[in-house]
Amino acid sequence: MELSEEIIRLHYDINDEDFSAAGEASSAVKKTLSRLGVSPETVKRVAIAMYEAEINAVIHADGGAADIEITPQQIKVVISDRGPGIPNMEAAMQPGFSTATESVRELGFGAGMGLPNMKRYTDEMYVDTKIGVGTTVTLIVKI
Amino acid sequence: MAEYYHSVVLDEALCMGCTNCIKRCPTEAIRVHNGKARIFNEKCIDCGECVRTCPYHAKVAQTDSLDILANYKYTIALPAPTLYMQYDLKFTRQHVVTALKMLGFDYIYEVARGAEIVTAVTDRYMEAHQDGLPMISSACPAIVRLLQARFPSLLPRLLPVKSPMEISAMHARREFCAKNPGVEPGEVGVFFISPCAAKMTAVRNPLELEHSNVDGVLSIKSVYFKLLKQMAKLKAPEDFLQAGYQGVRWASVGGEAMALKTQNVLSVDGIQNVVRIFEQLEDDKLDDVDFIEACACTGGCLGGPLTVENLYVARNRQRRHKELMPTVLEPVQVDEMQNCMFEIYPQHLDVTTLDADRTEAIKKLRRMNEICEELPKLDCGACGAPSCRALSEDIVREKASLTDCVFVLRQKVRDLAREMMILEGFMPSDGQNDKEN
Repeated sequence: MELSEEIIRLHYDINDEDFSAAGEASSAVKKTLSRLGVSPETVKRVAIAMYEAEINAVIHADGGAADIEITPQQIKVVISDRGPGIPNMEAAMQPGFSTATESVRELGFGAGMGLPNMKRYTDEMYVDTKIGVGTTVTLIVKI
Repeated sequence: MAEYYHSVVLDEALCMGCTNCIKRCPTEAIRVHNGKARIFNEKCIDCGECVRTCPYHAKVAQTDSLDILANYKYTIALPAPTLYMQYDLKFTRQHVVTALKMLGFDYIYEVARGAEIVTAVTDRYMEAHQDGLPMISSACPAIVRLLQARFPSLLPRLLPVKSPMEISAMHARREFCAKNPGVEPGEVGVFFISPCAAKMTAVRNPLELEHSNVDGVLSIKSVYFKLLKQMAKLKAPEDFLQAGYQGVRWASVGGEAMALKTQNVLSVDGIQNVVRIFEQLEDDKLDDVDFIEACACTGGCLGGPLTVENLYVARNRQRRHKELMPTVLEPVQVDEMQNCMFEIYPQHLDVTTLDADRTEAIKKLRRMNEICEELPKLDCGACGAPSCRALSEDIVREKASLTDCVFVLRQKVRDLAREMMILEGFMPSDGQNDKEN
């Protein structure tokens, strides 16, 4: 079918066992986008937002999965995890708010800029979260 | 765009068609076709990695020969700091500089001094542009090309200060003309003595200005013995120094960064390491650093492909040079900041996009992924491309075919043989076999 030929789908597992692999998915997506002639600024926005979401999945939920869908019009990144869920969305969206543990902060993460940065660098952002079930963050960047 | 000049070229007669260079090229710019290596000009960044790697010396960096001096009434040599570290310490900087004059140069301007000017200008520029940090050094031309081709989003971070070579050339010509009334700037030829192939390209196709102030580039390799012979004869070298250790130590990675006021700096050498750092920077992960010094060659310019002495030997000599000179010989007064800044800005050179039409590009990328699935993923290089992924891209770009892969070819031959066996079973009998049965 003509339509499906114009979509590129990528899937990556986000693994918390190997922290050095964190960001690998965003790096692979960067390479893909540059093949499609997407402007460097847009590539950068996607990469940063996606990296933030990946790191969140590692820090708060012991990993998850990244599903990317690229069409001529937009890039959609869905990061899903089976973590604890976000109890207070409004607070989580405030720059500087973080529930990361001290040990995570010592590693230089958990500055409370994850979700705010994701919002800042994307055109649309949806967060679907259920306590005890998990969180799915959908990031959309228009090309 | 006009055809891009490259200093790194192939000597076909020497090329054996092996896969050493294609595997080491950081931008995957080389393919082997019909038994000979080919360099894709638009992808090559002149890093010189293939010059170093080729066991048959088939990759060469084109530089000028000393004959070019005859084209000018007056000539000036710009020795790169790396030149001094090629010789035993009994040959001092003064020896090297004097020997250059004995080779026929009328005047010498040490690029180490140009480097000191760059440091002063960089300090000043960074003070005024705190919001754009970290800045990336623009001194290594292969790195600038790497940014243009692979990290365009980082181009705004490129320090817009001309290279020590350009600034030296500008000052050298001016000084010489001022000291010798009546000499026209056009009568003076300025020549860089280079450890590096990319500098040759940077002179022919300048990155930061319209026309380079340098008229030619001589490789350190090509002048090494000529200078040695002169130095051996030399009794009393001229007492002529323009720079302190601060400028001289630019020869090694770290030298540029150490000279800056800010010490929140990161120095990275070796093109693959640079790529990793730039990837982090691209993701905003290094925004707590002020300055990034990146050298394409391991060790910095001392590890350049056109040097003679082993990097580690040269590095030790550099440390010992420190004892022979003050850190700062003469402080730099920045009085003409504007002349030191970029006149043009390097732009994105798009070498990755599969098709200008995005829908087409997506289709091609899908096909590329499908082709890649069919390939053995051994990245053996036998097809002439550095990896299975690179071959699948070449196929989509119609520069290669699937049967260039020996494994795919073998499978096809096997399938064909099997099919022939089956077809053979359907062959109508010719009667002879029946008799035997």
